[in-house]
Order: sequence, then structure tokens, then C-alpha cells
Amino acid sequence: MTATTTHTPAGRSGAADSGQRSPVLSARGLVKTFGKVVGLDGVDLDLYPGEVLAVIGDNGAGKSTLIKCLTGALAPDAGELFLEGKPAQFKRPQDARDAGIETVYQTLAVAPALDIASNLFLGREKRRRGVLGSVFRMLDQKGMRREAAQALADLGIGTLQNVAQAVETLSGGQRQAVSVARAAAFGSKVIVLDEPTAALGVKESNQVLRMIEEVRSRGLPVILISHNMPHVFEVADRIHIQRLGRCAGVVTPASHTMPEAVAIMTGATTLEETPGRTAG
Amino acid sequence: MTTTTPPTTAAQQFALRRHSPLQRVQHLLHAHPAISPFLVLVISFVVFSTLNPRFASPNSLSLVLQQVAVIGALAVGQTLIILTAGIDLSVGAVAILAMMLAAKLAEGQGLPGALAIALAIAVGAAAGALNGALVTRLKLPPFIVTLGTLSVFTALGLLYSEGQSVQATDLPAVLSWTGESFPVGRFRITVGVVAVVLLYLAVGFALAKTAWGRHVYAVGDDKEAARLAGIRVDRVLLSVYVVAGAIYGITAWILIGRAGAASPNAITDANLESITAVVIGGTSLFGGRGAVLGTLLGALIVGFFRSGLSLAGVDDQYRVLAVGLLVILAVAVDQWIRKVRS
Repeated sequence: MTATTTHTPAGRSGAADSGQRSPVLSARGLVKTFGKVVGLDGVDLDLYPGEVLAVIGDNGAGKSTLIKCLTGALAPDAGELFLEGKPAQFKRPQDARDAGIETVYQTLAVAPALDIASNLFLGREKRRRGVLGSVFRMLDQKGMRREAAQALADLGIGTLQNVAQAVETLSGGQRQAVSVARAAAFGSKVIVLDEPTAALGVKESNQVLRMIEEVRSRGLPVILISHNMPHVFEVADRIHIQRLGRCAGVVTPASHTMPEAVAIMTGATTLEETPGRTAG
Repeated sequence: MTTTTPPTTAAQQFALRRHSPLQRVQHLLHAHPAISPFLVLVISFVVFSTLNPRFASPNSLSLVLQQVAVIGALAVGQTLIILTAGIDLSVGAVAILAMMLAAKLAEGQGLPGALAIALAIAVGAAAGALNGALVTRLKLPPFIVTLGTLSVFTALGLLYSEGQSVQATDLPAVLSWTGESFPVGRFRITVGVVAVVLLYLAVGFALAKTAWGRHVYAVGDDKEAARLAGIRVDRVLLSVYVVAGAIYGITAWILIGRAGAASPNAITDANLESITAVVIGGTSLFGGRGAVLGTLLGALIVGFFRSGLSLAGVDDQYRVLAVGLLVILAVAVDQWIRKVRS
């Protein structure tokens, strides 16, 4: 147990813009093992307000395990989580969601046959006011459609005009947009995106990257897991590099080049050997 | 950084292309799946009343409604279960078990009629809960679960009733009240038919207008996605089986009125007939798609074929044949509709 570890945010401030602000979400000494396989071997992570923190790493580096521990899909064996400085424990994905952490899964948790508005509100539908809502449990369809249209417009998705359209009639990028919009509409503290551009083409990927920037501009921090270095370097403020279950370092697009980050990620070099340009 | 490009690429122009008539039909059916069974119903009405004008008479149509009532009621529960990508082979068996328990207790022990009805509904809900628990807790496929409980409930119904029917005349009047008829214009409507209509309205409302309905569709559509969206999938599934069971219990009451007796050997093919109504009504066997309105149309289509072909003097086997073809056609149309893309 690393119970005595202090959780001040000053620990790892390699980033230029982290300054003196306190992190929204931080993890200290996360350990997760699967039998003899070590998924996470004491990982620290800090997410600051209004930043996009990318998490990169080779297959098996512990990216997914790390994210699952942060979002309640897995319970870490050891280590602590702090949400806005307060200790947090997520036993189920729903716990993290209730705490304000919204996750967009790689498998896109959408119901294809339901329309866009229904998908945005899936699992937290709004009911009509008065007797219609309380006794007859009637949904406020109009209200949900209006808010869904607003949520999409807020993210600059003009192409999805009709929120009464079934999700299965949408392209991959549009479905991704619905998932991100859903997270952005309900995530009050943190948004986690797991490989949001993995299945998308160039144009659709750009749309999702613009949405990430839009979410950030509202002050909502984003954790972005991605394999795609150009995408990471385009939108990330800081980059958390996972390697063999540990954090091999946190760099920024200003301090390191793409090849340098990849070299650290694959173990060809280390952060000590390649400190990068000191930003600021 | 907020540059928006006007839609000028070839792909975007392609997306704005005019759709072929066939594609438009596909889109229309995708948006309103009840159209195809409705068309079949209208066409069969026209054809059968041309073959024999007596088909369209109020007398004959009233009879069709009464004939359709029992399967139509069971098909409401069946629709709920098929919407979750399940299937219920035990529908008829549950209704019979609930009916025989209620009838025997009302006859022998002198249980008041209203209590007997409540008991039938409770037995149906309990049987549904058993199906639902096996599906959600033991993770068994609904087909296997209900194949098993079909035999179990059938055997229990026969054992308990010792294979004996109970005549409606030996029962409290309220149990056969569903068979009472009253005139509506030139039609004769039974209380049972009214009960079925109310069932459709209630379940139709719950599916279309409540969060529970949304969750039923979401679970049937993509279970994992529903779970990740924060829906308690097992709870929704269990509730669907319990509600369906309660509907089978209500059907038991309708059945006593319709048959004038509680017979353990009634509605032996209820499972297949109710599935037929659901499928012809356009509800997808793969879950997440469909509505009770379609099922009502599907049940009426089967009723029209039965009455229409017999009035046309055609051997009843042609009805069986025609309904079989309709089922295949309906599933083929469903598969085609599923391929729709914007």
C-alpha cells in the first residue's frame, strides 16, 4: 500500500501550462494485476482543468487498464483516485458517471434502432412535468429533442439536423459525434474518449478532433486515448506515455517531436535521455 | 480554427443524390414498419370481400375479432419478449396453467371470482419471473428456457387439473364475463375484445412514451451498448418477462369467456400462432425493432385469412400455407429494411 503518498498536484509538472492549478482528476500509485500479468505497475496521472491529456502507449502498455481504472470499469488492486482533491472510489462505470466522468467507449455505446435524441438521453430520460410524468411516466420527447439538437449544435455538428433520425442511418463519424455529444452534454467534470478516431476516415476524424477542441474550450478536461500520433499531437496539451504498465513520462507537443514520443513509448529511449526542449 | 467547408466534395454530392423509388420505399418502411402489415391487411380485406361479400359483413367481422382476441392478447406479451431479442415458447402453457389454477380454486374452494382473476395474473407473472430469472441469472438462451418451461407448465396444468375441463357455468360469473357481448352499431363486441384493445393501448403507450419502453428497445437492439449507457439490462429483461407473464394471466381470463370453459387442452399452438402474429406485424426477431400496432395488424391478418378463405370455400390447409408464406415474406422484408442507410 502506498497510503502515505502525498497527493499534491505539484508532483509531476513537466507540462508548461499546468501551473499551480489543482488537478480535476488524479491517480496515485495505481496497480492492477491479472493473475501474474501486471497491467498497471504504480501509475500516477493528473488531469488539469481545461486540458486535453492524451494517453499513448504500445499494445499491452496498460492504456486501457489505466482508463478502465479511472472510469470504474475495473477496480484497481492498489492506489488511490482523487476527484477534485477528494478521494474517490468507483466500483461500477455508473459510479464514475454519477461523479461526472463520462466515457465514450471504443465500441460506441449506442442503440442503432433508436433515434439520436433517444440515444443522447439513453439511461437518463427526461419525463413530462406533472401527472403525465409522475403517474404515467410519460417521456418529455419534445424537450429531449430540443436539448439534443442544442447539444449537437453546441459542438458544431451542423450535419445532424434531424435528431429524430435513427442512429443506424448515420455514418461512423456521425455516430461518434453522437457519442461525444452525449458525453459532453452530461459529463460535468471529465470526458474520457477511448480511441475515438480509430475507425474513422480523415474527414470524420477531423470532425471529432474539432469536437474535442470545442469541449476543451468550455473548460471541460478530456482524456484522449489514441494510437494516432498526428491526432494526438494536433489536439493534446500534454501526453502521458504508458510503457510496460508504468508511466514512461509526460511530454507536450511543444517539448517533444512525434518521433521522440514514439521512441519513449517503444523504449528506444527514455525521458531522461531525451528531455526535449524546455517549454516556456 | 473554425473553418466550415461547404458541401462540395464528390462524396457529399453523392450523399445528396436523389433516391430511387425502391430506396424510398425502403426508407419509408424503415421509418414506419407498420405500413407493410397494414397494406397486407387492406389488400386481404379487399380480396376476401370480393371472393365472398359475406366476409365484410358486421357479423363475420365481429366473429373474426372474437377469434383473434386470445392469440392477439398473448401476442402482446410475445412482442415485448421478441423486442428484447428473446422468444417465448411457453406463452400458451403459462396461460393454461394460470387459467386452470384459477378455475379449479374458484370451482372447488369457492374462491371469489375477482380473487381468482387476480390469482391468474399473479401466477402468470410468477411464471414469467421464472423464465426471466433463468434468462438473466443463469444466462440461458430464451429459446431453451421457454422450451423447457413450455413442457413444465403444460405438465403442471394437466396434472393439477387432472386433465379435466371446468365449465364456465360452474364458475363465478365474472370469470366468463369476457365472453359477454354487446352491440356496437351492427357489430357485436365482447368484453374480451375490449380487454385486448386496452392491453394494446397500455403496452403501446409504455413502449412508445416511457423510459422503460426506450430501455426495452435499447436492450433488444444492443445489450452491451445498453449496459454501457447505464441501463440495468438484467432488471429490464426480468421486468419484460414478468409483464409478459401477467399479460398471459389476463389472457387466461379472456380465454375462459371465449371458450365458455377452462380446458387444459385449449390453445395448444398458441406459441407458434403468437410468434406468427408478431413476425407478420413487422417486429424483428433480432430485437430492438417493432411495435405492438404491427402485432395487432399481424393477428388480424391471420384472422382475415382464416375467415376469408373458409368463406371462399377453400380448404383450411391453404390458410396454413398462406400464413407460412407470409411469415417468410415478413422476415425477408425485415432483413431488407435493416440494410437501410442514409
